[in-house]
Amino acid sequence: MSEVTTLNDMWMTILLTLDATIRLSTPLVLAAMAGLFSERSGVVDIGLEGKMLAACFASASVAHFTGSPWLALLVAVFISLCLALVHGFATITHKGDQIVSGVALNILVSGLTIILGLTWFRQGGQTPSLSGDGRFFSIDLPGAELMQNVPLIGSLYKELLSGHNILVYAAFALVPVVWWVLFHTRFGLRLRAVGENPKAVDTAGISVNGLRYRAVMIGGVLCGIAGTYIAIAHNAQFTRDMTAGAGYIALAALIFGKWRPVTVLMACLLFGFLQAFAMRIEGVQLPVVGVIPVQIIEAVPYLLTVILLAGFIGKAIPPKAIGKPYVKER
Amino acid sequence: MKRDTRLAWINGLLLPLLNVLTAFAATAVLFLLIGVNPLEAAETLLYGAFGYSEGIGYTFYYTTNFIFTGLAVAVAFHAGLFNIGGEGQAYIGGLGAGLAVFMLFPELSPWLMIPASVLGAMLFGGAWASVPGYLQAYRGSHIVITTIMFNFLAATLMVYLLVKVLREPGQMTPQTVLFPDNAWLPFVHDILPAFGLEMERSPLNLSILLAVFMCFLVWFFLWHTRLGYAIRVTGLNPHAAVYGGINQKKIIVVAMCISGALAGLVGINELIGYHHRIIMNFHLGYGFGGIAVALMGRNHPFGIVIAALLFGTLYQGGAELAFEWSNISRDIVVVMQGLVILFCGALEYMYKPTLIRWLAPVQEVRS
Repeated sequence: MSEVTTLNDMWMTILLTLDATIRLSTPLVLAAMAGLFSERSGVVDIGLEGKMLAACFASASVAHFTGSPWLALLVAVFISLCLALVHGFATITHKGDQIVSGVALNILVSGLTIILGLTWFRQGGQTPSLSGDGRFFSIDLPGAELMQNVPLIGSLYKELLSGHNILVYAAFALVPVVWWVLFHTRFGLRLRAVGENPKAVDTAGISVNGLRYRAVMIGGVLCGIAGTYIAIAHNAQFTRDMTAGAGYIALAALIFGKWRPVTVLMACLLFGFLQAFAMRIEGVQLPVVGVIPVQIIEAVPYLLTVILLAGFIGKAIPPKAIGKPYVKER
Repeated sequence: MKRDTRLAWINGLLLPLLNVLTAFAATAVLFLLIGVNPLEAAETLLYGAFGYSEGIGYTFYYTTNFIFTGLAVAVAFHAGLFNIGGEGQAYIGGLGAGLAVFMLFPELSPWLMIPASVLGAMLFGGAWASVPGYLQAYRGSHIVITTIMFNFLAATLMVYLLVKVLREPGQMTPQTVLFPDNAWLPFVHDILPAFGLEMERSPLNLSILLAVFMCFLVWFFLWHTRLGYAIRVTGLNPHAAVYGGINQKKIIVVAMCISGALAGLVGINELIGYHHRIIMNFHLGYGFGGIAVALMGRNHPFGIVIAALLFGTLYQGGAELAFEWSNISRDIVVVMQGLVILFCGALEYMYKPTLIRWLAPVQEVRS
């Protein structure tokens, strides 16, 4: 009897860790897909973090004032889109340095959200916490309650697959869509071409700048959704620098997944899992190894990315024209 | 030929000035948006930064940090590298300074102790930056991404060390024990009375002299030594560098080392100069601030001092603003940094086509 319960406990622990993995991976998936569009078109996007943070603040504020999560999502996407357009204006129209522009946006947003938060809410830069309305709630998939008595599969279905909010499902549904757009549509072909060889695209009479603007704008929309998820679905308010480097981890996942949608998804899940795992084992005495310091696990995504970039495990080859503004010859 | 000389003053003077003014104007608009009169704010800010001697002390104390990180970013820029790892290098530099102190006898003369800590800071900061430099030069991984990752690695490493290894026994706060007295860099308010001057207590310490010295050193190094020349050629034209027999890979690593060593000196100002122990997050914001300082100062030590002083003023004055208006905090300075990086960096040439059209229209090309 006791053996069965410990086995059951272990199964539940695994399920809960995986459940947390899904919740933690969601913003990474959205942001990484945003970066994927942008970088595949040849525009580096260090500004994922800033766009997400701005969306966090916008969605939390709108949700507080209106109580409508959907309106909050809309405004957050709009704000993030505006920032993406600033990035595009600087790097595509004026051929400015893409990294400098991204860094500028990140720094700008991290200060601006606090100043506006102080002005509007006077709570030390936070937004009031949302109660009840204004958040995205979890959806129970049909039959979750019925299934829960079925061994293994029942709990798997109920704990892992069911009970997330709509943005989580949207994020994971997005990946095959991105894959299809990128590899099976004319737009996707051109997008990939413009990141590899913009001159060829230009010669074919297609606007390089137009394509890049579209890619950057898609990135803005997706970052807006990611930020909304962090602020009003995963949490219930905006707090200072609440994205906490998720944008950079998404960037790492993008590189780790070698700029391909499905492998990027895997990288996001891996990094999400590492975060979930770090939370679960904090202070827990493990067999053989004892207590693993959380920091070591937290450092793994960064370490892995550095090692991969250095070409020690496989090779991450970025789109060829990445980071270079396209100057049309006259 | 006429057009060229006109372009020089447009590029070198008018454009940077317009860019900085645009950043200021954008800040003024923000002040209006949050219901603060920008002129009143500027007055309060200047009073906070220069109105009383404690304020002045703080202003120059912050300026010192910005000089170090500004120089760090600039040296890397000259080699054509964008080092956004100043945050991590400053943090690890502080670790190096502290470890150097803890390794030595507490009774050691300050004349040896403090140089040792400076060396420790530069060594650790430089070593931390050399890894991304090496990976860029020899393995082709992008310096920006690796330095970002190294910022996070530095942060997790320091949390680990301060919580698990170096924490003062019996204390909850993740910080080390106090440094021995001999490792304290003198405060300026303790030195000035010897010259018959009075000053209120402030964190300003002798690191500022080190910062000024480093400005001269960087200037001399970049423009008057063989290695400095090699760094600038590598940044300006890598092909020419290779053709001229410069080992580009070596230069990249060396430039990153110097850059990291300079950023590491933030640890001297903060820890040896003021906190006198290794604490958490003493470095926050200075590494990124250095990017704004270097861009605004046009990567020249003289410009960097001016820009660092501006940001030091804003940092201290920003604290004064926070007393006066409840909806302002020092984060307003972060906003300004962002705007400066945006307008002086990414949108550097925004006005150029217009200016050229107005001031130097294309003339008949004579060959």
